[in-house]
Amino acid sequence: MTTNHRHATPSRFRWIFQHWNIQRNTIIGWLFALPALIIYTLFVLQPLVLTVQYSFYKWNGVGPKTWVGLNNYITIFQDPDLIGTIINAFLLVVWFSFIPVGLGLIVASVMHRVATGKFGAVARTVLFLPQVIALVAAGIIWGWLLSLPGLINQVLKAIGLGTITRAWLGDFDWALPAVGLIGIWVLLGFCIVLLSTGITKIDPALYESARIDGASWLREFVTITIPLLRYEVGVCLTVTVIAALAAFDIVYVSTAGGPGNSTAVPGIQIYILAFTQRAIGLASALAVMLMILVIIVILPIQWLNRENKV
Amino acid sequence: MKKILLKVFALLIIASMFLVACGGGATTEAPVATEASETEAPAATEAATPTDIACGPDPVVLKASFETGFDIPFKLAEEFTKQYPNVTWDISQDQFANLITTTPLVLASDNPPDLLRLPTMVSFAKDGLLMNLDGYADEYGWNEWPVPQLNQNRIAEDGTRGSGALYAMGLNYSLTGVFYNKELAEQIGMTEAPKTVAEFEDLLARAKDAGLLPIMQWGSAKSGMGLAFPLQHLMAAYGPVGPINDWIFQKPGATIDTPSNLIAAQHLEEWIKNGYFPADINAIEYTDAAARFTQGEGVFTFNGDWQNAGYDAGMPGNVGFFLFPPAEAGGAPAAMSAPLTFGIAANAKNADCAAFFLNWVATDDAARTINVNIGGSNPGGPLGATMPSAAEGSVTNETLAAGPVVGEAGNSMDFIANATSSIFAQGWTPELQKLVGGQQDAAGLLQAVQSEYVRELSQ
Repeated sequence: MTTNHRHATPSRFRWIFQHWNIQRNTIIGWLFALPALIIYTLFVLQPLVLTVQYSFYKWNGVGPKTWVGLNNYITIFQDPDLIGTIINAFLLVVWFSFIPVGLGLIVASVMHRVATGKFGAVARTVLFLPQVIALVAAGIIWGWLLSLPGLINQVLKAIGLGTITRAWLGDFDWALPAVGLIGIWVLLGFCIVLLSTGITKIDPALYESARIDGASWLREFVTITIPLLRYEVGVCLTVTVIAALAAFDIVYVSTAGGPGNSTAVPGIQIYILAFTQRAIGLASALAVMLMILVIIVILPIQWLNRENKV
Repeated sequence: MKKILLKVFALLIIASMFLVACGGGATTEAPVATEASETEAPAATEAATPTDIACGPDPVVLKASFETGFDIPFKLAEEFTKQYPNVTWDISQDQFANLITTTPLVLASDNPPDLLRLPTMVSFAKDGLLMNLDGYADEYGWNEWPVPQLNQNRIAEDGTRGSGALYAMGLNYSLTGVFYNKELAEQIGMTEAPKTVAEFEDLLARAKDAGLLPIMQWGSAKSGMGLAFPLQHLMAAYGPVGPINDWIFQKPGATIDTPSNLIAAQHLEEWIKNGYFPADINAIEYTDAAARFTQGEGVFTFNGDWQNAGYDAGMPGNVGFFLFPPAEAGGAPAAMSAPLTFGIAANAKNADCAAFFLNWVATDDAARTINVNIGGSNPGGPLGATMPSAAEGSVTNETLAAGPVVGEAGNSMDFIANATSSIFAQGWTPELQKLVGGQQDAAGLLQAVQSEYVRELSQ
C-alpha cells in the first residue's frame, strides 16, 4: 500500500505537471489573444448581438422599446422598396465583382507575360492607386467626371458621340452602371495585385513547357493560369462580393440612392432608416437580413474554394 | 499557488468578457434609454418655471450645439458676450446630417447643451428630452408675437405640431420664393413680377423660346430634390395653405393627395415636359445649382432667403426676388417660412440664461442687425420691432419686404419636406426624380408620397 502510494505520488505529480504545462501554454496563448479578443468582443460581437436584439423591437433610439417580434422582418418582405434595394445589391455584384475579377485575371496574365520589370511595377502601382485614395474623395471626383458638363461627356462630344451624352449619375438607366464603373475602378487594382502575386507563385517551368509546345497566350491562360489561380480568385470573389452587397460609401457619395430608387442599396437604406427615420428596429432587421444574405452568398464561394484545393 | 491564481484570474477575465458581450448592452444601455423617458416625461408636460430670468452677475458658461456652415448663431453668441461679459460659450458644431443622428444622444446625456440647433423636434419633445418653454413664453411675452412665428414650434400632446406647448424658438424666420437673374429677365421682356401663375408660365415659355434655361433647380438625392420648392408654391397657389400645414404637422386624417394639389403637380409635370428645368437636374446638387445660377444659367430659381448672401456675392446687383404669384389675379401670394429652430435641453444647467438669449436675439437691435446682415432672414420678434435694413442693392431688402406681405395674408407654410423626418429622403426625392425621368405622373407622385407618409407614421 505504502509503496504503491509512494510510487503513485510522483507519477501523479508528473501527470499533473505535464498537464499543467499544456494548460499553462494554453493560458499564455489566451492571454496573448486577450487584448484582441476584448476589442473584438466590444466592437464586433457586442454590436452584432445588440443589432439582433434591436431587430425585434420598435425603437426610435431614445424612447422606450416595444417588443414587436418578427414584425420588422415581415415589413422588409412586404415593402417593395426594401426588396428593391436587395435586387440592386445583386446587380452591383456584376459590376463590383465579376468584371473586376475577370478583367483582373486577364490584365494580371498579360502583365506577367508582357510587362515584366519596371513597366510591370509601374502598371501595378497605377492600377492599385484607387485603393489608396479615400473613397469619399474618389466619389466626389467621379461625380464631377460623370456630370453633364463633366470630362467624360466632353470627351464623348469630341469624338463625335455627342448624342449619347447625359448626366450619367442622374439617369435612370445608367446610374447603376455608372456607380458600377466607379466600383470597377476601385476594385480592379486590388484584384490585379492579388492575382499577379498568385501568378508569380506558379512554376515558370509550366509556362516554359507550354511555350515550347507553341501554346498561345490564350492557351496558357485557360490551361495554366486560371486553374492554378483558383485560390486567389476565390479570395478576390469573396472580398468583392462583400463589397458589392454591403456597398455604402461609393453609392452614398455618388448618388445617395437616386435617381428614384435606382441605385438604392441595403447599406443606404439601413442608414436612412436608422439615422434619418430613427426606426432602429427596422434598420437592425434589414442589417441582420443583409448579414445573412452575405453569408449565404459567400459560403458557397468559400466551400468551392476548399473543394478545388483538394 | 501563483499559477493557480493566474489561471483563475485568466478564466475570470474571459468569463467577464463574454458577460460583457451577452449582457452588457442589456444592463447598461437599454435601462438608460427607458429611464430617461420615464423620469423626464413629466418635465415634458410640466412647463418650466423660470426662477431667475437673466444670466445673473456670476460667470456663466453656456454650452451650445450649433450647425456647421451657418455663421449666425456664432456671431450672435459673440455679440451676446460683448453685452453680457459674464457669459462665455462652450460651442460644439456639426453638419446638419450629423446633428440628426447625434442630437438625441447628446440630449439624453448627463451633460446636455443649454442651447442647441434642432434638426427635428417632435420625437425629442415626445421623449422628454426638450424643455417646455411655455413658462419663458409667459414671462417674456412671446405669446403676443405675430402668430405664425411660434406655431411651428408648438407640439400638442398627441405629437402633432402647430399647437400645444412651445418647445423651440426661431433664431430667425426664412422665406422662400423665386429669385431671378435681372439681366436675363430683361432679355425676355419681364418688366415687373408676374401677378398670376399664368403670367409666370408665359415668362417660362418666353425664356425657353429665347434659348435660355427657364428655371435652375437642383435634384440630386445627395442634397434632396429641389423640385419640392416649385411644387409646394404651386400647391399654395391652387389651394389653401391650411391643409398643407395640417399635413406637415401630422394632423389626423391629413392628406397631400388632394384635388388642388393634383392640379399643382400637373403643372410641375408640364414644366418638366416642356424642358423648363435643366436636363441633368437629377444629378445637380444644391451648391451646384446655386453656383450655376450665379454664373448666368437659368432665368429663375426657387430658393429661400438663406441663400441671399451667396447670390449677392456671386451676381452683385443682378439678382431679384419675388413671391410666387397666386393662381388668380388679386389673390394673396404664399411662401414657405420656417424658423431656424433652437431649443433648450430638458436637463440644461443654464436654461434661464439660454431662454434669455433666445429673447435677446429677437428683441436686441444689435442682434437683429446681425441676423439680417449675416443670415438674410427676418429676425421675427414682437410686433413693431424695428426692422434693420440690409446693404443697399442686396436682395435681402426684397426678401425682407416680402415677409410682411405673406404674414398679413396668413399664407406662410412650413416645408412639405419636414412633415416627417424621412419623407424628403424616402418620399419626395425619389418620386420627384421619377417624375423627371418619366417614370411617375402627377397623380402617382401624390399617391406614392401619401402612402410613404402613412407608412412612416405607422412605424
